[in-house]
Amino acid sequence: MNAIRVLIVDDEEELASIIAERLQFRGMEAHTALEGKKALKLIEENPPSVVVLDLMMPGLGGLEILKRIKTMNYNLPVILLSGYGSKESAKEGMNLGAFDFVMKPCDIDSLISKIQEAVARNN
Amino acid sequence: MKNKKIREFITKHILRFPEEGTSPERYKALRRNIIILMILVTIIPLSLMATINYYQYQSSLRNEIVNPLNTLTNKTKRSFELFLEERLSTVRFIASAYSFKELSEQKIMNRILGVLKKEFEGFIDLALINNKGIAISYAGPYQFQGKDYSNQSWFQECLINGRHISDVFLGYRKFPHLAISAHNLSEDGPIWILRATIDTKKFDEIISMMELLQESDAFIINSQGILQTNSKFYGNLLEPCSLPVPLGGHGTYVNEVEDSDGREVFVAYSYFFEPDFTLVVAKPSSLILKTWFTFRTEIFFIYTASVLIIILLVYKLTDVQVNHIKEADEKRELAFRELEHSQKLSSIGRLAAGVAHEINNPLAIISQKAGFMKDLITNASEFSEKEKFDELTDSILKSTDRCSTITHRLLGFARRMEIEYEELDLNDLLNEVIGFLEKEAVHRNININLDLDDNLVRISSDRGQLQQVFLNILSNAFAAVEDNENIFIHTWNEDPERVGVSIKDDGCGMSEQDLENIFEPFFTTKKGYGTGLGLPITYGIIKKMGGTIKVESKLGKGSTFIIFLLKFPKKSLEV
Repeated sequence: MNAIRVLIVDDEEELASIIAERLQFRGMEAHTALEGKKALKLIEENPPSVVVLDLMMPGLGGLEILKRIKTMNYNLPVILLSGYGSKESAKEGMNLGAFDFVMKPCDIDSLISKIQEAVARNN
Repeated sequence: MKNKKIREFITKHILRFPEEGTSPERYKALRRNIIILMILVTIIPLSLMATINYYQYQSSLRNEIVNPLNTLTNKTKRSFELFLEERLSTVRFIASAYSFKELSEQKIMNRILGVLKKEFEGFIDLALINNKGIAISYAGPYQFQGKDYSNQSWFQECLINGRHISDVFLGYRKFPHLAISAHNLSEDGPIWILRATIDTKKFDEIISMMELLQESDAFIINSQGILQTNSKFYGNLLEPCSLPVPLGGHGTYVNEVEDSDGREVFVAYSYFFEPDFTLVVAKPSSLILKTWFTFRTEIFFIYTASVLIIILLVYKLTDVQVNHIKEADEKRELAFRELEHSQKLSSIGRLAAGVAHEINNPLAIISQKAGFMKDLITNASEFSEKEKFDELTDSILKSTDRCSTITHRLLGFARRMEIEYEELDLNDLLNEVIGFLEKEAVHRNININLDLDDNLVRISSDRGQLQQVFLNILSNAFAAVEDNENIFIHTWNEDPERVGVSIKDDGCGMSEQDLENIFEPFFTTKKGYGTGLGLPITYGIIKKMGGTIKVESKLGKGSTFIIFLLKFPKKSLEV
């Protein structure tokens, strides 16, 4: 079985990279994208198994990126990273086809289990 | 200038205008001003009207009394004049119809007197007097033939004026009469005079025809004020009249005078053209003005009663009005304070949300990095300080957790949460909340006394938010009580629209200063571990649901939170 490929989309570079690092440490293949367009490009070039997407993003907002991902590849599971203040957006994201959402600051173990769940369901 | 002075006087001495505000002084002044103004605007017109009425009625009543008295007096005077004129004309007629010679004959004189007595009332005797004043012939009951009248004043007067009517006098027979004389008008021969005496019994008849009341009086006086008829109250015949009557003048007058007995009387008097007599009619004013006094008493009573009623009403109405104003002011003040408070909450909320959001990301980074450190340490097999590092990362993670709790609460406080209404039993909800705290209660041996109304109606509310409310309040109660102390929870149906919940503890209580601030964000008495957000959030939730919350507390005695919740909240209510 190939390693799970995760794309982390977050404008906060430090956060995106530390999450990526931790996921890699747990045996996953993780990439980061700091803004929407780059994320979409990466997905197009090399589709990941799961996308972890921050909702509060400058430029293309989280929900907008989610919509585009879903038009590109509906089956690609997306886990939303949500702050407490964007709970409503998270709910909206769920309606738009997101797999699940995780509240920030998140516990890495719960994120990993959600990623694994998403991959399992997709297979 | 004048206006300014008047205004100054009014504002200084009559009305008072204290400083704005809700001090009792202000309402006292307001009440005073309203009472003064209302009494002035009602009593002034009332008094004016009463005064005008008083004088109008007085004058019309006076006219009603004076005019008939005047007319009666005038008419009666005319009767007297007619009576005397008639007799005078008769005497003059005889004097011109008969010659001196004819009248000198006793037989003719007797016959004329006989006819006069038959045709005219009151004639007593008849005498013919020559230019020397000697009675030439006489018909009547006395022996006056040859009597000399030459030095009597009336004789001289009659010679000059051609006629004369004497004052009343008592003759030989001691009954009142007067004499009427006329000289002959023929041009031939010397002047002579015909003189007739007339009984004045007729005067009394004319007076009695006036039909005066018992207390009234009417009489005639001559130019010297000597009574020519008997008077009931003011003297007898030929005595001076004791009632002051102005002499001289023409026409009929009415005066109000006080007589010698001290009675107030209306006196009507009318002067005769001939002779020089005055008819006097006296009517006591007490009699006349009886109606006036009645009216005056009535008007006085009505006026006094009206004034009293007005004052009473003004007092009552003003009280009601001022109390309304006071209540409205207080309500406004309260609403303003609440608005201020909720505005403060919402602006602090926005600020807090901004801060919390900004802090959230760095916090997530710290948490992730510390987590990664922990992962690395866990995996590293040979590391001398492994335990120490484990402890340190745990501590970092615990701190970030605490921070994230705070930021979540801040965000929760700031967010306009949609209330999700569902029908629920408040008693059940309270039991659930108590369930969360049961462990601590058992551990600390805190007595939770429940007095829950079995008939408490179900309400429509948000379960999660209500749980938060009661959890906050109960957590505070737990913090306030010592071990082994009590907490009392009571529910009841307050009124058809609201249910009430009270949570009382016999813990440490709060000072007045703390009590004022407990709903302020970031105010906490739990030094070190309170966020100062629990009660503001509680307050916000209850307000959003259209409920009310209040706290009573005494330092050392404990605190009571009393909450009223609407059974069916208006869904649009939001802070």
